[in-house]
Amino acid sequence: MRLETRENLKSARASAINKIKKENCRILICAGTGCLAGGSDKIYKKLKEMAKGVEGVTLEFGEEAAHVGVHESGCHGFCEMGPLVRIEPWNYLYIKVKEEDCEEIFNTTIVKGKPVERLMYHQDEMIYKEQENIPFYAKQTRLVLKNCGQINAEDIEEYIAAGGYEALEKALFEMSPNDIVNEITKANLRGRGGGGFQTGYKWKQVASQPEKIRYVVCNGDEGDPGAFMDRSVMEGDPHKMLEGMAIAAYAVGAQEGYIYVRAEYPLAIKRLKIAIEQAEQRGLLGDNILGSGFNFRIHINRGAGAFVCGEGSALTASIEGERGMPRTKPPRTVEQGLFAKPTVLNNVETYANVSMIITNGAKWYQGIGTESSPGTKAFAITGSVNNTGLIEVPMGTTLREIVYDIGGGVKNGAEFKAVQIGGPSGGCLVSNNLDVKLDFDSLKKLGAMIGSGGLVVMDEDTCMVEVARFFMNFTQNESCGKCVPCREGTKRMLEILERIVSGNGTLEDLDLLEELGEAITATALCGLGKSAALPVLSTLKNFREEYVEHVVDKRCKTGTCQAMIKYKINPEACKGCSKCARNCPVNAISGKVKEPFIINGDKCIKCGACIENCSFGAIYTEN
Amino acid sequence: MDYITIDTKRVPIEGENNILSLIRKAGIDLPTFCYHSELSIYGACRMCVVEDDRGRIFASCSEQPRPGMVIYTNTKKIQSYRRLIIELLLSSHCRDCTTCQKNGKCSLQELAYRVGVHAVRFLNNKKKIPLDMSSPSIVRDPNKCILCGDCVRTCDEIQGIGAIDFAFRGSDTQVMPAFNRALSETNCVGCGQCAVVCPTAAISVRTNVTEVWDAITDPAIRVVAQIAPAVRVAIGESFHVARGENSFGKLVAALRVMGFDEIYDTSFAADLTVMEESKELAERLEKSEKLPLFTSCCPGWVKYCENHYPEFTDNISTCRSPQGMFSPLIKDYFKEKDINENKKTIVVSIMPCTAKKGEILRPDNFTDGKQDTDYVITTQEVIRMIKQVGIQFEQLEEEAADMPFAVASGGGTIFGATGGVTEAVLRKLAKDKSYQNLKEISYIGVRGEETVKETTVTLGDREVKIAVVHGLAETGRLLERIKAGEVSYDFVEVMACRRGCIMGGGQPPFAGDRTKKGRMDGLYKADVMSNIRYPDENPVLNHMYQTNIKGKEHKLFHRNIVK
Repeated sequence: MRLETRENLKSARASAINKIKKENCRILICAGTGCLAGGSDKIYKKLKEMAKGVEGVTLEFGEEAAHVGVHESGCHGFCEMGPLVRIEPWNYLYIKVKEEDCEEIFNTTIVKGKPVERLMYHQDEMIYKEQENIPFYAKQTRLVLKNCGQINAEDIEEYIAAGGYEALEKALFEMSPNDIVNEITKANLRGRGGGGFQTGYKWKQVASQPEKIRYVVCNGDEGDPGAFMDRSVMEGDPHKMLEGMAIAAYAVGAQEGYIYVRAEYPLAIKRLKIAIEQAEQRGLLGDNILGSGFNFRIHINRGAGAFVCGEGSALTASIEGERGMPRTKPPRTVEQGLFAKPTVLNNVETYANVSMIITNGAKWYQGIGTESSPGTKAFAITGSVNNTGLIEVPMGTTLREIVYDIGGGVKNGAEFKAVQIGGPSGGCLVSNNLDVKLDFDSLKKLGAMIGSGGLVVMDEDTCMVEVARFFMNFTQNESCGKCVPCREGTKRMLEILERIVSGNGTLEDLDLLEELGEAITATALCGLGKSAALPVLSTLKNFREEYVEHVVDKRCKTGTCQAMIKYKINPEACKGCSKCARNCPVNAISGKVKEPFIINGDKCIKCGACIENCSFGAIYTEN
Repeated sequence: MDYITIDTKRVPIEGENNILSLIRKAGIDLPTFCYHSELSIYGACRMCVVEDDRGRIFASCSEQPRPGMVIYTNTKKIQSYRRLIIELLLSSHCRDCTTCQKNGKCSLQELAYRVGVHAVRFLNNKKKIPLDMSSPSIVRDPNKCILCGDCVRTCDEIQGIGAIDFAFRGSDTQVMPAFNRALSETNCVGCGQCAVVCPTAAISVRTNVTEVWDAITDPAIRVVAQIAPAVRVAIGESFHVARGENSFGKLVAALRVMGFDEIYDTSFAADLTVMEESKELAERLEKSEKLPLFTSCCPGWVKYCENHYPEFTDNISTCRSPQGMFSPLIKDYFKEKDINENKKTIVVSIMPCTAKKGEILRPDNFTDGKQDTDYVITTQEVIRMIKQVGIQFEQLEEEAADMPFAVASGGGTIFGATGGVTEAVLRKLAKDKSYQNLKEISYIGVRGEETVKETTVTLGDREVKIAVVHGLAETGRLLERIKAGEVSYDFVEVMACRRGCIMGGGQPPFAGDRTKKGRMDGLYKADVMSNIRYPDENPVLNHMYQTNIKGKEHKLFHRNIVK
């Protein structure tokens, strides 16, 4: 049913709220990609099936006839513990739920209103019943991700009930386009895609172009390894982003919007499609939105998986059907972006911030985060940390709070070594930086960047040279091939790093790495190229001794670099049975029977066959 | 006036839209691979990076000048970055410099020397990629490609063809036709403009030098050369002759030293073309059919029309090009002599053009089923041959071409520049053959670099609308306007290459603005110096029309178009 006026929207909200209220028990099963992979779809089906049986039956916990709502929600963020099931009104969060657990959940919680404690998160012998009290959540400020995990992402009514499209309504009927630009500018909303460019200023530039055809484009081409902030918003709360885009379009006078989303995000695409369709049906997108006379249509473009297409000009080229390669600027995207028209290009998280700024005002927004970087930032926290997952914290939160309070500390009690922030374009932060307040500017000073928000925690057993090699391998693969420094330079840097991790590096190689890294940073054409060398430069700066150890001592103390592991036989333990020598595929082991055998390191291919076959535990490896 | 400071020198901003052009204006030849004033800004080679007074480093080709900027082009950092960029390029580049076609004329080689790269610290582990020899006009050698994209943009932006583009990504990137098809299977017209802009030998002219030497050194073969108009004003550049100076006489002398048996001037055949084409125009105007009449001298254009606008192929003149008319005429001329002397005549045409190499292979250009022109060698190739022999070109005494095909009008000579064909045809059609009228015709608006030139002349009681266009992208746009009915013409001259044959794909590359102008001026100067200006006043030609070519015009001079 189409909402023709703002009053229609208000009454639609009232009825949506009513409808949800009727559900005196709501089960929200995480249908984020991680939990789905863990089988949450089966859990959903099972619980849904079971809930059918109780419709209209009075359960112990309720006075009225029970309405049990079973919904698939977006990502709850606590991916380490998935599949997750949240049950309202108690806000219980069940973790690592299996299909077999459904019966117990149903009979204990739904029927009797009691918690199933064995499925609840516990830490330090404390059982956390309510989701909000779990330390992982308690220390977060979830604004952008507020609805993720709380609503059914495929039902616009749930979004409307949660206050959705209120901001658009306010924007259309109470504010002029100029007011909106001013409000966003005043809020100092900075682009969450990595650069931290002022969103309001961007919009203002587009709004002031003489060309009247303008576009609003959303960058959903999140490609950093391990990052899934934008994906979670698109999958878990797509309308929030659509609403942000619509407000942006109204502010800059655009009628068409494009979402560029990775084809590797099929679920996000599916939910966006559903969301756009539902919004169009209700007149919240399309022609004459809420009777205001404002028209805005959103199209989805699937990216073919090139990391570089996250760069603005490559992204617009890709939408146009051209090869996704960055071009020189000027003209900038705000002047000549998509189809050479003025274009607002922001990423998913940025748009998802817009509606709350409009609803609550710039002043409120400025109260969150730091002065130069207000608001919150979502991070995907992975690696050697106890609580991996998706988090959202105010800007200015320290790394320590993220890793220890929210992340629950380094896995297996190991020592913290570093954090790689900003993915392949970022740098590493070390233990000295644990108390730095993270925002756009502080990180820049440290030679790192927030990037889109990937955060990989590394412990003492992580080889930093290998980390650098890993990211360089990624960037090299993703270089578009246009400018010489990135195309040829990253290739050579990767070669050198491969040489070092295979034990063939030299000290000159380290200088060459630095020389290449500096030149690429200074001369590459686009942001991807300019930041391609950062992981190497920053590990070289912070962990040079590790590099030196690799090239001089030919040793990787973490044991990560396979080529440097030495296989040895303990002569005391060796009985001289010759079993190892007989099983060695390359004849690297020799010796006389009944005397200790020895391994020829030059021949050894480090396959481990000797260790497996030694009956006396005489063979060991040395890092 | 607003200015910026470049290496302590004040340089006024006079409408330049990038810093690089200001740097060049300041007299500094900042090295670049991917910047060309006629192409879009690409910003890939990063050689033009400069530093400002705040230590910011950026590519000057894509930075707009702002008044008061302070730019340094040669700081320590910049020097080292530039060196490293070249070193990186060299590290993945086939470095068989000594045996390379471009040896001595390669921009990569030159810049490596200029910026001081003395060693390459990286191993070249690039796999060898096979050459594409499928086109009669050009050769692609991806092993020498530095991916500056100049060819891609030229083919697309200037020629409107887009036969080649980038494929694959990162360090695997290559320039190739779609699906890595052979160039001969694409819509490539063979204009060779890609080879002109290629800084290395990744795209080069397909050479026939060896075959020509084989013919010259064979006593049983009579080797006849025909020299196209545009060659004479470009060849001298390679031999310390002033740019644009007419070196026809020296070239004739050089060819004699090299062993060519007969040397003729293709301008003679240009006169012939004027006669045939104006006849055709008069007929079509009379019948008001197949108008506009498009010229057919340019094989790049003919092929472009066939590939992209087949609906216009009937409008193209049935005349062969001057080269295409000349060779059968020469062979016909020597027919009996060959039998008597037990010799075989072959025709080698010396052309500014790579597409001509393809034209001679077209069956519609054959006579009695046989190929007429045996080999086409470009200006570049003939320069190489002269250098092989060691002829001191600049010291040669000028010599005249051989009779009877040495006599040509100035109208035939200016065929080599855009508007030349039209001007020559107008001279033929003019009733008034006075000196004054020549002047009038030259002012009519067909000369010059403007991409589309329009004019109207009165012929009898009829207004004839004429357009002259050069560059195929511009031609495509004009054809679209003709199709849409926005414009209409009776006669359209098309040259595939910008500025006409003087800037053909076979001419010496890297011509700057002054050289381009010099070549054009050179042709008009040659025209002024001709004894005969009106093509229809060529006495040899007129005599032949009465004698040996009488009745053979259609067979020898028109394409045998099979439907």
